[in-house]
Amino acid sequence: MKSAGGYAPARIRGHERNHGKTVASVLFLGGLGLMLFELISAVPFGSAPMQVGQAIAGEAFARTGADNIVTAILLGYRGLDTLGEVTILFTAAAAAGMVLAGAGRGEAQGQEAGFIFRTAAWMLFPFLLVLGAYIIIHGHLTPGGGFQGGAILAAAFFTPLLASPASPFNHRVAILVEGFAGLVFVVIGLAGLAKGAFLTQLLGTGTPGALLSAGSLPVLYVAIGLKVGSELAGLMARVFGEGSARS
Amino acid sequence: MTGTLLYGGAIGLVIIGLYAIVARRHLMRNIFGLAVMESGVNLLLASVGYRPGGHAPILVAGAAPGPLVDPIPQALVLTAIVIGFGVLALALALVVRVRQAYGTLDNRAVARRLRAENGEARS
Amino acid sequence: MTVLVAISVAVMLIAAIMAVALRNWLAAVAALSVVSLALSFLFALLRAPDVALAEAAVGAGLSGVLLALTLRRIGLWGGREKKGEKE
Repeated sequence: MKSAGGYAPARIRGHERNHGKTVASVLFLGGLGLMLFELISAVPFGSAPMQVGQAIAGEAFARTGADNIVTAILLGYRGLDTLGEVTILFTAAAAAGMVLAGAGRGEAQGQEAGFIFRTAAWMLFPFLLVLGAYIIIHGHLTPGGGFQGGAILAAAFFTPLLASPASPFNHRVAILVEGFAGLVFVVIGLAGLAKGAFLTQLLGTGTPGALLSAGSLPVLYVAIGLKVGSELAGLMARVFGEGSARS
Repeated sequence: MTGTLLYGGAIGLVIIGLYAIVARRHLMRNIFGLAVMESGVNLLLASVGYRPGGHAPILVAGAAPGPLVDPIPQALVLTAIVIGFGVLALALALVVRVRQAYGTLDNRAVARRLRAENGEARS
Repeated sequence: MTVLVAISVAVMLIAAIMAVALRNWLAAVAALSVVSLALSFLFALLRAPDVALAEAAVGAGLSGVLLALTLRRIGLWGGREKKGEKE
């Protein structure tokens, strides 16, 4: 039985002194976990009383024309939230860039990766690009969309940079793409004002299941995909510490 | 049974992350804790929306293939994952700068240095 | 379903404990990616394919790479956390 007060003899010095604290924090966290578990057990699994979700699932397709109901919610029902989310991501990326701007290069200089990784990175590039574009464009029909596809686009542009750090990453182009995508999103939102409110869906709902359906939602998702992709790629390149000198 | 497992897993993640934030001293470890905690909250949200026998909220050419799971928590979790990545990136950028400015990543040592600097500035 | 959920939750929790406890930084980041991967599998089991895709792409992929890059940048790549970190 270990005493929680740390009175074990000859164990007072150095990090051993903290044993009592560790035991106390583990006990506290265990108690907190039990309490949270008791609280959450009050929500019955599989039949939580949430009706708004079922209501939206029932009418989402008729109103937006998007097969993927999550997309319909993200862009049709709470498009303004999504604009805020993209803004948060932009703010985080800009703040990280500002914080790192004066940081100079990392301690370990990037060196050229091995032959296999370099070749594979360049071979992967077109496939990742196509996969990202596919996921973004089919965001209203199949799982996926602007955020997932944008992350894959960022990976597509970042992997070759990882393989050969000397290759340039053009921050100027990334910023241009990002700004243009944001502009498209806001312009579509403002165009919705003519039909009633900000971000009202335009262009009708189209044929069910067709690629060109769900009105302006796919356009919004493409804008989000480009914005997220360029933001994430720029962010990773900045943390990587390469290419920032020529921005 | 499944529900107990999922809720337990989610709360376990939150508690493990909280431990890393509260009890560990290295700033990188605190950020790991933040990421783990966020995963736990996401899992909790997603499992609250689950319905046994429900289909994924994807219609097939406009017709639901059967009862659907609740799509709203999924949209929320999608938002949370992306924002979590932004938070992680900002935290890591700050860690890089703290390392450069103070030469240490021990959160107590950094706090001491900050206190000392602020005290100097005030007196 | 229950068996799969049990296995993924167990993998996820063990990986989370490893991410907090392992002293080798790179191993801890890898454990964090395993947490995200198991979580993504759980999302897929919970019939949330959108969320599973996002977690796999952002959580397991980009977050892991970002953390590893930061480790390299602050000189912890391949290093181990010292007891009672003092530099």
